[in-house]
Parts: sequence; structure tokens; C-alpha cells
Amino acid sequence: MSYQGKKNIPKITSDRLLIKGGRIVNDDQSFHADIYMEDGLIKQIGDNLIVPGGVKCIEAQGKMVIPGGIDIHTHLQMPYRGTTTVDDFAQGSKAALAGGTTMIVDHVIPEPGTSLLEAYDQWRQWADEKVCCDYSLHVDITHWDDNVKQELDSLIKEKGVNSFQVYMAYKDYYQMTNSELYEVFTFLAERGGIAQVHAENGEIIAEEQARMLQMGITGPEGHVLSRPEELEAEAVFRAITIASQTNCPLYVTRVMSKSAADIISQARKKGNVVFGEPITASLGTDGTHYWSKNWAKAASFVTSPPLSPDPTTPDYLNTLLSSGDLSVAGSAHCTFSVAQKAIGKDDFTQIPEGVNGVEERMALIWDKAVTTGKMDENMFVAVTSTNAAKILNLYPRKGRVAVGSDADLVIWDTDSIRTITAKTHNSAAEYNIFEGMELRGAPQVVICQGKIVLEDGNLHTTSGVGRFIPCSPFPDFAYKRVKARKQLAVLKAVPRGMYDGPVSEYSMSRGGTPSASARTSPTKQPVRNLHQSGFSLAGPPTPDDLPIRPAGRRIVVPPGGRSNITSLS
Amino acid sequence: MSSSGETPGFFGGPDSNRQKFCGVFCPVDGSSDRRRRTVDFDALSSCRGRNQEQQVIDRQMDISQQRKVEIRETSGKEALQNLDNGRSDRLLIKGAKIVNDDQSFCADVYMEDGVIKQIGENLIVPGGVKTIDAHGRMLIPGGIDVHTRFQMPDRGMTSADDFYQGTKAALAGGTTMIIDHVVPEPGASLISAFEQWRQWADSKSCCDYSLHVDITEWHRGLQEEMETLVKDHGVNSFLVYLAYKDIFQLTDAQVYEVFSVIRDLGAVAQVHAENGDIVAEEQRRILDQGITGPEGHVLSHPEEVEAEAVNRSVTVANQTNCPLYVTKVMSKSAADIIAQARKKGTVVYGEPITASLGTDGSHYWSKNWAKAAAFVTSPPLSPDPTTPDYLSSLLSCGDLQVTGSAHCPFNTAQRAVGKDDFSLIPEGVNGTEERMSIIWDKCVVSGKMDENQFVAVTSTNAAKIFNLYPRKGRISVGSDADLVLWDPDITKIISAKTHNSTVEYNIFEGTEIRGGPLVVISQGKMVLEEGTLHVTEGSGRYVARKPFPDHVYKRIKARSRLAELRGVPRGLYDGPVCEVSVTPKTMTPASSAKTSPAKQPNQPVRNLHQSGFSLSGAQIDDNIPRRNTQRIVAPPGGKANITSLG
Repeated sequence: MSYQGKKNIPKITSDRLLIKGGRIVNDDQSFHADIYMEDGLIKQIGDNLIVPGGVKCIEAQGKMVIPGGIDIHTHLQMPYRGTTTVDDFAQGSKAALAGGTTMIVDHVIPEPGTSLLEAYDQWRQWADEKVCCDYSLHVDITHWDDNVKQELDSLIKEKGVNSFQVYMAYKDYYQMTNSELYEVFTFLAERGGIAQVHAENGEIIAEEQARMLQMGITGPEGHVLSRPEELEAEAVFRAITIASQTNCPLYVTRVMSKSAADIISQARKKGNVVFGEPITASLGTDGTHYWSKNWAKAASFVTSPPLSPDPTTPDYLNTLLSSGDLSVAGSAHCTFSVAQKAIGKDDFTQIPEGVNGVEERMALIWDKAVTTGKMDENMFVAVTSTNAAKILNLYPRKGRVAVGSDADLVIWDTDSIRTITAKTHNSAAEYNIFEGMELRGAPQVVICQGKIVLEDGNLHTTSGVGRFIPCSPFPDFAYKRVKARKQLAVLKAVPRGMYDGPVSEYSMSRGGTPSASARTSPTKQPVRNLHQSGFSLAGPPTPDDLPIRPAGRRIVVPPGGRSNITSLS
Repeated sequence: MSSSGETPGFFGGPDSNRQKFCGVFCPVDGSSDRRRRTVDFDALSSCRGRNQEQQVIDRQMDISQQRKVEIRETSGKEALQNLDNGRSDRLLIKGAKIVNDDQSFCADVYMEDGVIKQIGENLIVPGGVKTIDAHGRMLIPGGIDVHTRFQMPDRGMTSADDFYQGTKAALAGGTTMIIDHVVPEPGASLISAFEQWRQWADSKSCCDYSLHVDITEWHRGLQEEMETLVKDHGVNSFLVYLAYKDIFQLTDAQVYEVFSVIRDLGAVAQVHAENGDIVAEEQRRILDQGITGPEGHVLSHPEEVEAEAVNRSVTVANQTNCPLYVTKVMSKSAADIIAQARKKGTVVYGEPITASLGTDGSHYWSKNWAKAAAFVTSPPLSPDPTTPDYLSSLLSCGDLQVTGSAHCPFNTAQRAVGKDDFSLIPEGVNGTEERMSIIWDKCVVSGKMDENQFVAVTSTNAAKIFNLYPRKGRISVGSDADLVLWDPDITKIISAKTHNSTVEYNIFEGTEIRGGPLVVISQGKMVLEEGTLHVTEGSGRYVARKPFPDHVYKRIKARSRLAELRGVPRGLYDGPVCEVSVTPKTMTPASSAKTSPAKQPNQPVRNLHQSGFSLSGAQIDDNIPRRNTQRIVAPPGGKANITSLG
């Protein structure tokens, strides 16, 4: 069973629905209107709509009708050492719908060395079987060679993936070198992809982890001690530098600390095309729990980059999200049971990483940012849904309440108050990192694909109804600026006469920068040094073979007279 | 290399490191008796007020009359007292305004045996001493050029100025000490490279020198050599490269380990900050586009790439609690990162060089290839013409602290190795001779800094960071007699025709500078007077430097005491544990387990990253006994509540 695109929309064709008296909230404006939807699409918006008889009608009574949330970062059913995360696509997407999220974007993580396409197919299969809401996929690039390039090409062109994540952490496993990052970013910039990055300096983390263990710190507090905030900020800075060199749009997943967020907002001020994604956990709680005496509780907070021990971090990140310096909120939902976390009971580096958050995401942002007055309802829609849709090139199909858009809607109740607890949540995990938190604001009705899935507190989800939504390359939101810059960034050589003075003897045995291209012979180091030079400049070329110089220039008489090149000026 | 014999008793500090005496400059018998005449500083300051007024009047008269200093040789009967040597080692400077980094005052200075013996008014000195009448001009500590690369080998060539030419140029500019970089071949021994440089310098250097050692590769074996260098050879600074991919470049993990070693040894970590990976990629791209001239050099080394590497090295230095010294700060953004890090409390120093303070990178686009190539250095000069001004402002306010020259010129024929490929052009610019004057002209004349700050950035700070203070970098009794009589009014036009370097191009060609040395005294001897240089090849001594410089390490030491981390005492986890498949998810800690030393022969240059830790699996259990002090039977909060919710 698989649904390709929106052409073959399944059997739910008879679903006609009318929402009366709601206040439609998009990212740009709010207005009162009725909405009529049919076949999973919004057909009409306006007052006094003419609709067929016998249509099911929802009285919204002035409540907000917002586009369903898009959780741009989940890890449902992620394989981990022979097991998987406890929330599979059914359980995870059910939790998402319960929280008002009607679309998720999951990460495909191929084992290093294996085929990206196979991993993609595997994830598609898992998701198509089980998922209850529409979904899309990011693909993580865990190794880099020519094969991967071809696979990327086909993923972009045929498989509907436009965003790819690279890792700067997980040394000797997923981590990429700077040169590889440069090549990946260059490649993606040409093909219209979005480069996502897990930003942490894996090399230093490895050293710090070894140091912590040596000091006898083996509990979850070692996790945060070995991954200090600065390492996150450093990696973000480096990723931005490389992205700016390659003119590639950059998306930083999981912004967990103040300093990382600051680097992103500084870069945006300088004009870099960079998007930051804080997650439910970093917006809602902090890293003080790593020191909990309850090992299982402390371990349930383990994620990378870690939650910052600075208790003012969530507030700060909420502020930056409200001001637009951070663009979009995900959840990085990736839950493990206590027994799974206990793999690392004697060594924090072995604790599987990931926290919950897909269900709490919308309510938490509403509570932390909207009820506190940091952002308005329109901005709320932007960071929970619209911006994600724009980055993935799904806008306006998703992320907007408009005629022709998918009928993924949420009627949001701004006043309901709920207390989060693991006893009532929809995830399968024993711990909820937001345990005991009281949140104001919740979805009252959730409509997914034109069908009501949440009403009066009752979830009616159907496993396997979710469709894969293909994303096309070159999203305008990111690429308009990148394209314009590409046109400007043409470099020109200086037309000079040929140098005709004496040339020193030299050996290639050793030197400064230069020999880089000459030294790396492509045969010797297959994986690491992909930096093969296309030039054959190894030996000193004779003066008369200079095809590289612009042919149109008069070389015989260089500007400024003949042969003045070696004279002192 | 024992040196205890020459150590004056009143000055027990770094002075004991003096290692070499040249023939001309031998100790005079009985000179130690005269120590008692040293004027003590408190007495001096009490009578200063009155004397100063007189001096001011004197000076005004002087200026209206003449500009030259008077140097009086001994004559007649007095000459008999200097039997040994016609050119006496004893020197008196009268009526100078002594400028240190903290204050300026007027006094006479008497030096003997290359050491300042007395400072004060109406000194009692032996008869027949050669006297310089300064007429109120500024007397400053001789400059220290913290970064030179004389005689540096590069692909079978050698940089154009050897230790003789280079130090001669340095002295001509008012610099009386240089610190050169030892660049060992990757794979070669640090000590043998160090000995090689010592040999070159001892035979040729005209002024005192010291040596930084560059770490061009990393494996644990080098740790011992570094220890030897610090303990027995007086090296307290090591440079690592973040650039020069596949040659000198170290990975972040290696840098982390090097910094940890450096901190334990009490040395200063220097860093050449550029992201070599990106530079290599950019070079390839630029060459692909058909840009082969020197403009490709600056295009492939963008400013951002420098700033990124500075940021990264600051992060690593913070993690390892190691003092950091960034060589060659060439761009605004790199300088900004350093200034920000200092505001956050990082122990980091930035070194702009003569070139970055005095000129910009617009010349890379010169139509004259040889001229454009003469500017090639890494990181490159910034094409932004406001950069020199910005850097000199930061230098003046203290965000940048020291100035070097990175003097490493190549002549045009050598540069022409890269005539068809900019990435082959040997890198380095001149600047050791121009350094002091450029800074005076850009910073002091323009009112950005005062004369004291000038002394600080050209000499004192360098001496403090590298633990030479107060032997060098200060005019005080017991300090080395490396002095410069500075004339703030001299104007000069820099030109390759008149400079002391051997290269055909001077990157400051045509720059008019105000301020220059009138008299330069090195090791108590006049080497520059009235525009003439009298240098002696091989007279320079190697100055050994001790580890743990106070200026740098006081803060580091305090922090390392604070930075103890503690684990949380918990009961043992007694819940269910998930079964794990055999192939573990190789997470980070595997690094140490993976690099088995046996593999080394296969990868001599690249993966020398052996960790000294042995934390592979088994030892984790060994850690548990440490917890025994905690009550495990009844964990805090009651028994076995570990898996319960909440």
C-alpha cells in the first residue's frame, strides 16, 4: 500500500467537512471565515459558503483555526543496535496528532557505507505501513564518496527528498571532515538541496569523554560535561563558514544553547542563509536534571547536543524564536525505554540519545512564547508550521489555510490547561522530560487529510493512512537569495603579461600550502582525501603553455609596456 | 650551557638563562663591585619632580638648536681607564626620557657588560666612559620581534634573509631581539630541528634571539621531545597549524592533545589559524576557474576562513584551559573574535604583524606579477583597505597585545616558482625593519596610543608573555642593555633601494613614515648611530625562556584549581537492561581503542593521533570501586527507587 503524491488519494473521498465561525490564523494575518473541505483539500473559504447538504459541520465558535503543525525533525522507529526507538511510526504519529501536528518529517539514517537509496526505501516501507499522518523524509549523509553523489542525485530528482543532514559529531562513525562538508555543501548547492547539520565538534567531544571517564564520572552528568555548549557553538560557526564559502543554504538542527543560537543570529545579520531549529526540549526544559539522583530520570534527558545546564536557556531560545532569529521548531522526538537507556548504566557514552517532544511541541511553544507575549498567534503559526513548509518547498500545500491547500487543520483552544505526565502521554516511553509541567493551550479538534482525528479528547487515528509528501529542490524560501548571489560571485583573474624573469630551483618534497594539490594522489587514500585536484600543475609548466589565461588578452605586449614585470615599480 | 657564573646577584630572574657570550663582549674584572652604586628606585622618584622641570627646559632649548645626539668618546687621560678595549662596553646615556610601558621619567642610564647598572641623576660612573647626550629624547627598551622566519627552508629554497641579514634589518629598525620559528619537517625530530636552527642562528645572528618550535605533526612520542625542549632548551612556546592541509595541519583532536601537553608543560600554545580544509578546496576551485595569479591566493583564503579557525582554536584552548596565542592576525573578523573571547575571559593573545598594520591586500591585483607576488603570505592581507586602521585601533586599546613581523621574504625568482599557479608561490612578507616605525606612525602619531603603550606592544608584552620580563622589555637596573633612542620626528620613505633586506620588493614601498631609531644599543654596544650600522655576525646570544610565565599562567593556574568536576553519587541501576547486538554503535570513545599503535607504520603522517588513555571497555568496571565510599546498599532517597517514575 503506497500513495504517491496527491493524485491517487485513497478511499476517504467522501469526507466533506465544514468549519463554521472560526478565526483563520495564517502566518501573515488572521480573519474570520468558514472553511469547507472535501477530498482532503480545502475547497472554499469565506462567509455563507454554498456547500452540499449533509455535510458534517464543526462549530468553532470564534476559536482559532490554524494550519496543522509540521514537526520537521523526528526519529520514529529509528534502529539502534538491533532494537528500535520505542515509538514507531504508528505510535509516534499518533502522539504527533494528539498534539496538533499533522505532518512529520523523519530522518533516514543509513549505516555508514551502505546505500542511501536502500535506507530510504526501508524507511518508506516502515512509514507507509504504519504512519497516521502525512510525512516526508530527510536523508542523513553518513559517509561521502562518488556513489553517494549519484544516490543523492536520484533522491533529489526522483524520490522527493530535498534536505540532507551531515554530522560534525560522532567521531569515527558519522562525522565528516571539513573537506567533506565543503564537498557535500557544494554538491547540494548545485542541486538545490538544503544542507542540514548536526553541529558539535566530535573530535573534542571524544577527548572530553575520555577525560570524564578517566576521572570516574560515568553517570549521565558526564554526558553534558563532555559536550559543553562552546563545542556546539564552535561547530555552528564552522558550518556557517563552510556554507557561506560554498553559497549553500544551511539548516542547523537542534539548537540547544544560547551561544549556538547567538552565532546563528549573528550570521543572519551578516546575511548568511541559515535557519536554526530549536526543539521542544530546548524550548521547554534545561539540563539540570542530568544531575538527578534517579539514574533513569537523568538518562531520559540524554540527547545531543545536550540540554544546557543554564536554566535561562529555554527563555532565551523562545525569545530568539519569537524575533525570527531562529526559524522553525522541531521535536527531535527519539524515545528509548529505560531498559534501552540502561545500556549505558556504567558508561554515559553508551546511553542511547534522544528525548520525547512531538506531542508537547505546539502546546509548549504556545505556553512559553505566546501566553508570555513574546510572539503573536501568526508568528506561532509561522514557527510551528509555515516556515517548515517553506523550507521544504511544500508551501502553500502545507503550512497555510488557503483554498487548494491540504485539509490539515487544528482548532486551537487557547485556554485549556493540561499537566504533562508520562501516565497520560501517547508516547510509549516511561519518562516524559516535561513531567509535571502545566501548559496552557491545546488542540481541541485536529483534522488530518480532511478527517477529524481528534475530537472531544478522543483520538481516532488509522495506521497507514499517512502519505509520503515529496519535496522538490530549490525551495524559493532559501534559494532566491542563493541564486542571486551565485550570479554576482563570478571571480575574475587579473590579465597580466607572462612572468619572464628568473625562476628558482625547487623541490616538491616539502613546502607550504602549495603542494596540497600535488601531494594528494587520488589512488592512495580512497575515503579520506576526496580532494583530488583536477589540474596537472605538478611539474613546472613551460612558459608557452598557458591555455588558462584568457585568450582574448594581448599577451605579447602586456599592459603598461613590455616586460616590465620584473622591474621594480 | 651552564650560565650560573655570569648571574648578577641582584637579579636572579630570567637572567640566569644567558647562554652565550661572544668574544668581543667579555666580562670586565671587578665590575661586580660597582653594583653597589646602583641608585635605588624609591630614592629616584622622590627627587624626580624637581629634576623634571629642569629637564623640560633643557629639552626645549635642544630642539631649537640641534637635532643630533652628541656622542662623546673618551679622550686624554680618561682613556687610560679603559685599557682593555677601545670600544668600551661601558656606556652612559645622559638626559634621556626613559619610557617604559607603565611610566616615563627623565634619568641617566649607565650600562656595563651588556647590563643596565644604574639609573638615576648624577650617577657616579668610572671616568672615560663613552657618553651619549640624549637631550631629552625618548629612550625605550629595544623592540622584540616575536615572529620571524629567517633562513626558513621551503621546498629546497631558503627564505631570502638569513639570520645575519635578518637581524641586521631588525637592528636597523630598532628591534634588538627576535624570536624565530623552528619548522621541523613532519616526521623529523623536534630536537634535531631545534639544534639545526640554533646552529644557523648562533653563527649568524647579530642580536639576541630565542626560538619558538612548530609542531608540524602529532603523536605521543613528541611529548617527550617537547618536555626536553621546555626543560633543557629554554623553549616555552609551540606553534600548531590549522592550515596547510596534508603537510602541517593537525586535526582538532590532535590540537586538543597538543594543547593539553602544552598546558601541563607551562608553555604558550601558538596557532596559525586558517581552516586548511576549506582553503585547499577553494584553491582547487579558483584554479579550476582559470585564476592562476597572486589574486587567487587571497580569493582562496577568505577572511571568514581565518576567523573560523581562530574561533575553533579559542574553543579548544578554553576546553583544555591552555593559554592561546594567535599568530598573524590579518583581518578584522579574526581580530573581533579574539576581542570577544578576551571579553569572555579566555586567556588569548593576538599578534598583528607589520604587514597587516601597514598595508592591505589590494596589491594582489597589481598588474605587475612580481609585485603582486611579493605580498603573498598566509593568512593573506585583507583586501579591505580599512583593515590596517582597524587593527591598529584594537592594538591600541589592548584587544591585540603584541606585534611581530612574520618576516619571511623570498626574492622574485623564488616567488616565480608559482608563476603559473598561485598556490605554489612561497609565502612570506618583509617587515622586521619597518615594524617599530610603522606602529609609531600609524598608532602614536595618529594619537591612538601613547608612548608607553607603544613600548608595551613592541616590546614589553612580548617579554611578559614569553617570560623574558624584566630582563627584556624594560629599562631597569639589571635588565639587558638593549635600548633604543627613539626620534619621533624623523621622516623616512620606505624603499627597497635602501632597506636592509635582500629582496627586490618591499611591500611598504613608498610609505612615508614618521619616527625611527636614532641610536640602537644591543647588548650594551651601539649598533646604530647616525644612520650607520655596526653589527657583528654571530654576536647574538640564545636567550632561554622558562615555562609558566606569570603574565599568562597566573590565571590558568587559578582556573585549573577550580575546574574539578564531580560525578553524582547514585545507587547502582538495578532495572532491566536492553540486549545489545554485537556490533556496538561505535561512539566517540572508541577513538583511543581504534588507533592501535601497531597501525602506525602504515600511516606515518596522518593518523598519529594515539591517545594516552586506555579506556577501552574493561576499565569502566574498574571505575566502580571508586564509588565504594558511597553507601550503595541504601541509595540516597531510599532503596531501589531508581527505576520508579518521577
